[in-house]
Amino acid sequence: MSDVRQRIDEIVHKHDIVLFMKGTALFPQCGFSSRAVAILDHLGVPFETVDVLQDPEIRQGIKEYSDWPTIPQLYVKGEFIGGSDIMMEMFEAGELQQLFAEKQIAGA
Amino acid sequence: MAMAAAEIEQLIRAAIPDARVEIFDLAGDGDHYEARVVAESFRGMPRVKQHQRVYQALGGRMGNELHALKLSTGVPE
Repeated sequence: MSDVRQRIDEIVHKHDIVLFMKGTALFPQCGFSSRAVAILDHLGVPFETVDVLQDPEIRQGIKEYSDWPTIPQLYVKGEFIGGSDIMMEMFEAGELQQLFAEKQIAGA
Repeated sequence: MAMAAAEIEQLIRAAIPDARVEIFDLAGDGDHYEARVVAESFRGMPRVKQHQRVYQALGGRMGNELHALKLSTGVPE
């Protein structure tokens, strides 16, 4: 495993919910990342963010790690869930709430 | 660099022959699209895999020439 794969592997297993995004939760730098943060905020679950703009190695590496070409990317307990469109579809269908419940991640 | 809607549709249909593809140019600038892709071959596939199939069809253009593609996928009713 390359260094960057190893780093990503550690990040996604260290936190229950990780969002790889452009910018920070307070200052998202892209509409898609902003939408992803809004969904997680709305559900009131604790989440960790990784700003890929601050880390070119992760920015490229995460695309290969997930086989997914765009940012943001959501991980729950080490499992890749999808990007912002999937998050929105799942949220609207109640599936995201269900996933967090199944993974025993409590909302506020 | 922007992509034409017809080119996006062609790439998807070439890789997923049973796909019904609808492309919408959201901003009228040839750079912000929405694609709806419905295919029988998606049946039983998790949503994330369905999206991955479409991204694979676009062969690396997604995130490069193609900045913004709002994607939704599904199976025929």
